Amino acid sequence: MKHLISAADLSRDEALLILDTAEELSQVSDRSIKKLPTLRGRTVVNLFFEDSTRTRISFEAAAKRLSADVINFSAKGSSVSKGESLKDTALTLEAMGADAVVIRHSASGAPHRLATWVRGSVLNAGDGTHEHPTQALLDAFSMRRRLGRLEGLKVAIVGDVLHSRVARSNVLLLHTLGAEVTLVAPPTLLPVAVETWPCQVSYDLDAVLPKSDVVMMLRVQLERMSAAFFPSAREYSRRYGLDPDRFARLHDDAIVMHPGPMNRGMEISAAVADSPRSTIVEQVANGVTVRMAVLYLLLGGAI
Amino acid sequence: MLIKNVRILGGEAADIRIENGVIAEVGALSGEGLDGGGLIALPGLVDLHTHLREPGREDAETVQTGTQAAARGGYTAVHAMANTSPVADTAGVVEQVWRLGQEHGHCDVRPVGAVTSGLEGKHLAELGAMADSAAHVRVFSDDGKCVSDAVLMRRALEYVKAFDGVVAQHAQEPRLTEGAQLNEGVISGRLGLTGWPAVAEEAVIARDCLLAAHVGSRLHVCHVSTAGSVEIIRWAKSKGWDVTAEVTPHHLLLTDACAEASPVGPYNPIYKVNPPLRTAEDVAALRAALADGTIDAVATDHAPHPVEDKETEWGAAAMGMIGLETALSVVHEAMVETGLLDWAGVADRMSYRPARIGRLPGHGQPLEAGAPANITLYDPSARAEVDPSGFASRSRNTPYVGMTLPGRVVATFLRGRPTVLEGKLV
Amino acid sequence: MSAAQNSSRNPHEVPPSQRAVLEGPDIQRALTRIAHEILERTKGATDVVLLGIPTRGATLAVRLAERIAEFEGVKVPVGALDITMYRDDLRLRPARPLGHTELPPGGVDGRVVVLVDDVLFSGRTVRAALDALNDVGRPRAVQLATLVDRGHRELPIRADYVGKNLPTAKSETVKVYLAETDGRDAVVLLKEEQR
Repeated sequence: MKHLISAADLSRDEALLILDTAEELSQVSDRSIKKLPTLRGRTVVNLFFEDSTRTRISFEAAAKRLSADVINFSAKGSSVSKGESLKDTALTLEAMGADAVVIRHSASGAPHRLATWVRGSVLNAGDGTHEHPTQALLDAFSMRRRLGRLEGLKVAIVGDVLHSRVARSNVLLLHTLGAEVTLVAPPTLLPVAVETWPCQVSYDLDAVLPKSDVVMMLRVQLERMSAAFFPSAREYSRRYGLDPDRFARLHDDAIVMHPGPMNRGMEISAAVADSPRSTIVEQVANGVTVRMAVLYLLLGGAI
Repeated sequence: MLIKNVRILGGEAADIRIENGVIAEVGALSGEGLDGGGLIALPGLVDLHTHLREPGREDAETVQTGTQAAARGGYTAVHAMANTSPVADTAGVVEQVWRLGQEHGHCDVRPVGAVTSGLEGKHLAELGAMADSAAHVRVFSDDGKCVSDAVLMRRALEYVKAFDGVVAQHAQEPRLTEGAQLNEGVISGRLGLTGWPAVAEEAVIARDCLLAAHVGSRLHVCHVSTAGSVEIIRWAKSKGWDVTAEVTPHHLLLTDACAEASPVGPYNPIYKVNPPLRTAEDVAALRAALADGTIDAVATDHAPHPVEDKETEWGAAAMGMIGLETALSVVHEAMVETGLLDWAGVADRMSYRPARIGRLPGHGQPLEAGAPANITLYDPSARAEVDPSGFASRSRNTPYVGMTLPGRVVATFLRGRPTVLEGKLV
Repeated sequence: MSAAQNSSRNPHEVPPSQRAVLEGPDIQRALTRIAHEILERTKGATDVVLLGIPTRGATLAVRLAERIAEFEGVKVPVGALDITMYRDDLRLRPARPLGHTELPPGGVDGRVVVLVDDVLFSGRTVRAALDALNDVGRPRAVQLATLVDRGHRELPIRADYVGKNLPTAKSETVKVYLAETDGRDAVVLLKEEQR
């Protein structure tokens, strides 16, 4: 494994290796010295063209716990905002000797392009409306921890699938790992040709909820409303929001997930988000562990 | 001058004698001359859709380099699109472009005039002044932008009747294509690229066909890219309406799958183009339509861009591909090797009909005595990997890089004067 | 669950031609002796923690704990300490799957930790284990038990308990098979050409 750009790049064995490695590494977070010497001398660049403090901090913590040198390169206030191209930025990082570049970019496919210009590993930390593979890995990790398995798990992913990189990566990864995904959204927020994806599709949340083991709520941005994807926040919430009534219809072991940041009261009610069956907080902790596993597997050996 | 031993439109071997830029005699002729070695002779190709970029973007292409590329591709005339800077929306600009073409002399340059001032879609440009200028503009287009306002389109269609002009529409409903990146379908959904629906093209073509019929005018549809568009045009023609259409070489060969997997990696914007590459079903429909004449012409939409506008992430890249120097080979691959067109058909779709649509005198005539000696000699047996480093175009944004294509333009004659010999510019 | 634990081998893969330098009973005797030595040296093993280095060191640690319990009725805490992330040769090979680390509930602080490995060779694994141990706590003392000491040390490290000293050429390979992971107990010496 040289890069991690798409969840589709991962075979079942590779995905399980990442999850199993993360399982071992999760102990590190519990001990007083939360650091391993493994990536001493390796340089990891966090190249963030979009603001995402949560994801950047998660990658930074993961790299630092493995003793890598971390360089944070935020596009805001840098030469990038003065018109420097992605390629020139890539060549700069190359000259700095980056062993891995973690890239967050608003353009789908930017990590693929970056990979053609740098020698080091490229880790996709979210590209446009394409993918966010480490989010999918941490989601799968969180599901397996809570429910003990992934094979045969019924996962509903609810919300703005059209614009969601989280949904794309999750569908691909969960399919690889043997879970059964159902996408639930108003038809306007589903991509054309979604029927070709390895999952089921439904417009009816209430029909899907009772048979789901996992309900993953996606963030719905209010600006979608002005583009006529749905009539109003209230209508969206009524039809696709996870409120206490719907939550009560889940079976007893089902869990609720959200990649964050949440719109409380829109796609998820506060009571649901804060319930013990919500994994939202552990998803954050698991994010560091899973990213450590990915960084180790990409950079820990001969490169 | 005598050209010996060529196969006109791929037929029997013949010799061609040229006098004063005109074909004087065709047949088994005596005398010494240039040995054609059994090459195919085609009438000089005519492109209805070329972006020469001058004035304004001389870093991408100039009239000189663009017409050199045209000559190397077997073209003897090109229509230079209006989206230059300044826009070709006045007699002054079109005459400048026309004059540059005359000066360089690699092929004839017929400027296309803008339909609306500044391509802004608000006011008609001075179409009559451009028609009456030395450039003799007959084709008007806001190409790159759609004349989306129905009233403005209607008026333009009506107005150009006065000088037998034609409006060449870039059919793209703007609201349906806001931020659009790639044909909306399986691939765009998977790649997370904003979809560019076929209906955005088809809806405008349908409307324009109806408008052209209503006002009894001539409509030309640029770069048709979908199977649905083909159906609409076929229907309009069946009604007897004066609608013509063109297809680009790239839409005859490539699909949106190139954005996902290609020899140059995924998301490579070398495949980003307007209209976008479509599906294999669309390609099949376009080939069939070109074969049966529903689509009249192959037009390159040669769109040069400097390297820095393509060495970017997909979303930031410029749209367009160069095509003059590969067009004949691509048509050979997509249409001739598939048995859909013979060489007479190629001559019709790449020379006769485009010249007729553009009302371009002195081009697009059969290679017979009395016709202008615009001749392209083509070696159909050659086969080579596309190597952009040898291109005459100033730009290198060819989507065929690394692909092996058949055929090679060996020589091009413009009114009897060679512009290309042995594949090299004269 | 770790990939390394799943690396059990089919016993039929072991070619019969390989010379076993220790057979099952030899290994049993060696472990029994080590168990006695640990009891003797640590005065009853009351504050001992056995930490095996995965994969086979961890198995040996469990066996030693069983014997100590058998001989003196002392229940010695036993665990596993994976040292992969502390290796000094990580960059020589593709990233390796991690072994399983499991510390006993009481931890290692203030205890006498006996590290257990199957083969002591260059000493680099033990060096990595000492680093790893340093990050999980502060033992009162650290000792080392190994089933086979084959020599060729590259670091100033020695074992406190040795099952068998085995003179080898540097080009040779020592392989330890244990019933729990490999279906049989044996220590096999492979010549260079057999590797």
